[in-house]
Amino acid sequence: MPQTKLGLDPAVVRRARALARKAAAPVEKLAHTHTTVSVERATLRLAGVTGADATGMPWVNHLVDAVREQVGLEYGVALPVWHALASGEHTDLVAMAEKAATGGVRFALPTGKDAERAAKAARKAVGTGFVRIDRNRRDRNKLLAKLGDPPKPWIYLIVATGDIYEDIPQAQAAAREGADIVAVIRSTGQSLLDYVPEGATREGYAGTYATQENFRLMRAALDDVSRELGRYVRLTNYASGLCMPEIAALAGLERLDMMLNDCMYGIIFRDINPQRTFIDQRFSRAIHARAGIVINTGEDNYLTTADAVDAAHTVIVSQLLNERFGLEAGLQPWQLGLGHAFEINPDIPDSFRLELAHALLVRELFPEAPLKYMPPTKHMSGNVFAGYLLDAFFNLVGVMTGQGIILVGMMTEGIHTPFLSDRDLALENVNYVRNAVGDLAEDFRPAPGGFVVERAHRVLGESVELLQRIVDDGLLDAIADGTFGITKRPADGGKGLDGVVKKADGYLNPASDLLEEGRT
Amino acid sequence: MTGEPKIVRPYGDTTGDGMVQLSFTLPVGKDGRADGAALQLARKMGLEPATVVHSKAMGPDFTFFVVYGRVSHLVDLSQVEVVEREFPVLTAKEVNLAIRSRLRRKLVVVGATVGTDAHTVGLDAILNVKGFAGEKGLEYYREVRVVNMGSQVTADELVARAKAEHADALLTSQVVTQKDAHLHHTREVSEAVVATWPDASHRPLVIVGGPRFDTVTPKDLGVDRIFGRGTTPAEVASYLVHALLPTAKVPA
Repeated sequence: MPQTKLGLDPAVVRRARALARKAAAPVEKLAHTHTTVSVERATLRLAGVTGADATGMPWVNHLVDAVREQVGLEYGVALPVWHALASGEHTDLVAMAEKAATGGVRFALPTGKDAERAAKAARKAVGTGFVRIDRNRRDRNKLLAKLGDPPKPWIYLIVATGDIYEDIPQAQAAAREGADIVAVIRSTGQSLLDYVPEGATREGYAGTYATQENFRLMRAALDDVSRELGRYVRLTNYASGLCMPEIAALAGLERLDMMLNDCMYGIIFRDINPQRTFIDQRFSRAIHARAGIVINTGEDNYLTTADAVDAAHTVIVSQLLNERFGLEAGLQPWQLGLGHAFEINPDIPDSFRLELAHALLVRELFPEAPLKYMPPTKHMSGNVFAGYLLDAFFNLVGVMTGQGIILVGMMTEGIHTPFLSDRDLALENVNYVRNAVGDLAEDFRPAPGGFVVERAHRVLGESVELLQRIVDDGLLDAIADGTFGITKRPADGGKGLDGVVKKADGYLNPASDLLEEGRT
Repeated sequence: MTGEPKIVRPYGDTTGDGMVQLSFTLPVGKDGRADGAALQLARKMGLEPATVVHSKAMGPDFTFFVVYGRVSHLVDLSQVEVVEREFPVLTAKEVNLAIRSRLRRKLVVVGATVGTDAHTVGLDAILNVKGFAGEKGLEYYREVRVVNMGSQVTADELVARAKAEHADALLTSQVVTQKDAHLHHTREVSEAVVATWPDASHRPLVIVGGPRFDTVTPKDLGVDRIFGRGTTPAEVASYLVHALLPTAKVPA
């Protein structure tokens, strides 16, 4: 698509990106100088530590807690753990974790030759995780080449029964109905658990727990249906909440294809501590970069709390920040599924033109990003007929502006989890619009100086102003002041701050090292 | 009112025609039997005559139907029961307006999960912006100031914070029921409230939520209100308006 429909001033766009870079810099520094309990646990998971005790508490939690209690986490978990393993008293890491859970392991920070040996062993063990992640990435590429990569926009459908064994047939049915991407929504409240549940799970509220085994089962089921359909069906989950780094690692290990991974969502909507979030986010994104996973950001959420017209520029600002944080962590532009949504009140005049302007602005501002476009939710009233019409207009904007990922809107949004027929009707809607509109994007050119062009310029201008304010105040203070999604989140508030540790000189994390060395 | 009929039927385009529409799915492939199966269901639901105006295969094993038909059932308006609620459920806008016009300052809510209970799912569902069941939590209400202290807070800490913040309401959530911990911790809160505010008229409202309070009354626990499983933030917000701002004129 030509990128000149809106005639955005390249100097203004450059300025916006420069400001985003400036705003992100102090937070990136924070992320490089700190670690978290979840980053350390993710490192152990990459080294193959799996399983949990009888209460379901994972061994990685026990190990990290034991190390933290005895020697602290300032130097990372790797040196003390592999030093203890070198003693030969433990057959493997899981056996050691079982003992550590009951206080039966003495951890110490090794020095000199011991430290070198522990570092080398840790690097080798963690390296096996990356071998698997790299192989998964190659396998995905092979399957895409062999089975075929569906054309964009990719159709994104959600499954959420709570029971992985119910999810599987539903996901396969969704794929047969036309889904290019299946997302398994997580159980309510998982983001606030400071551990990742273990095993195949059959109980969840309004969603299914993200666990390594659930990931594996679902990916295998979608591989089967991909072969049947002759197109690769992507699997999505959520790398968010207190265990963001661990879930990112599990996603890489089990060949998930896309992950919800926003730089600020947990802070704003889940009251997770801002520092914890930014540190965890940096590590997760480096893993996603390595694994070839496309991230989806959550800007659509801002519009469910704030007004979609008044707050349009906060979406752009957040996208620019998400882009910046993503690129810094090693993600390529094709991996940035920046989010936005069709949430303008349909009762206001020109609501469709405004949506069109916003969607086109995002498209032209991020020409290489796949862009994830979310359907209306806030103004779905329960009138399923009106909702169906609104979804059609949403689909129209999506197709006209070349959005890469379209989450299929349900006319029964807010009433119940979709019926089989709701999904079928929703896909009929998308397919009609796609077919009827064809390559309209080619013909469509908003009038220079017209409503759509002016609106896009104005939103971009407001975004630059807001970014300037964020640079002046500092991003953490801006979040504390309620700049995004109307909620105020102070830097020392929220959940999970006690899991943040400043790195000491001599901190070692083989996962971070391997990620930085492997950057392309 | 005279002239208003007590017995009515659904209205399509003529009084008394009884016409309704419905749509449903049957786990039947779209073969020769499909429409007949749909008509059978319609008849059993009281639609006579009924017409299948649309049927569509959804995969090999399911068919979706749109059916129109005439129902023979009558609606007796004198038999309609209006459920009496202790309080009406308001929209966020109505809650904000009520607080703004009656209280003229922000309504302060302090919440915590008290005692050994580390489950904040219920508390967060009510307080966090994210909310619950598609409804935004209390943080979303512009006229409500929320202080969410999180989990494993002591009753004394919660009450002290409530006092410091001049709380209008104090929220606690209790999930763990082992050895009646939920009842025990709730009583700790109500006792601390009484100790801190001996004059009952100056006490903040004390609200407790959790899935296992069905065997006790608010009076048993010394609290003002108990909310059970499935409570939404709007219900809590509406209750706050109802209980704290009783004379508030709420727009219909």
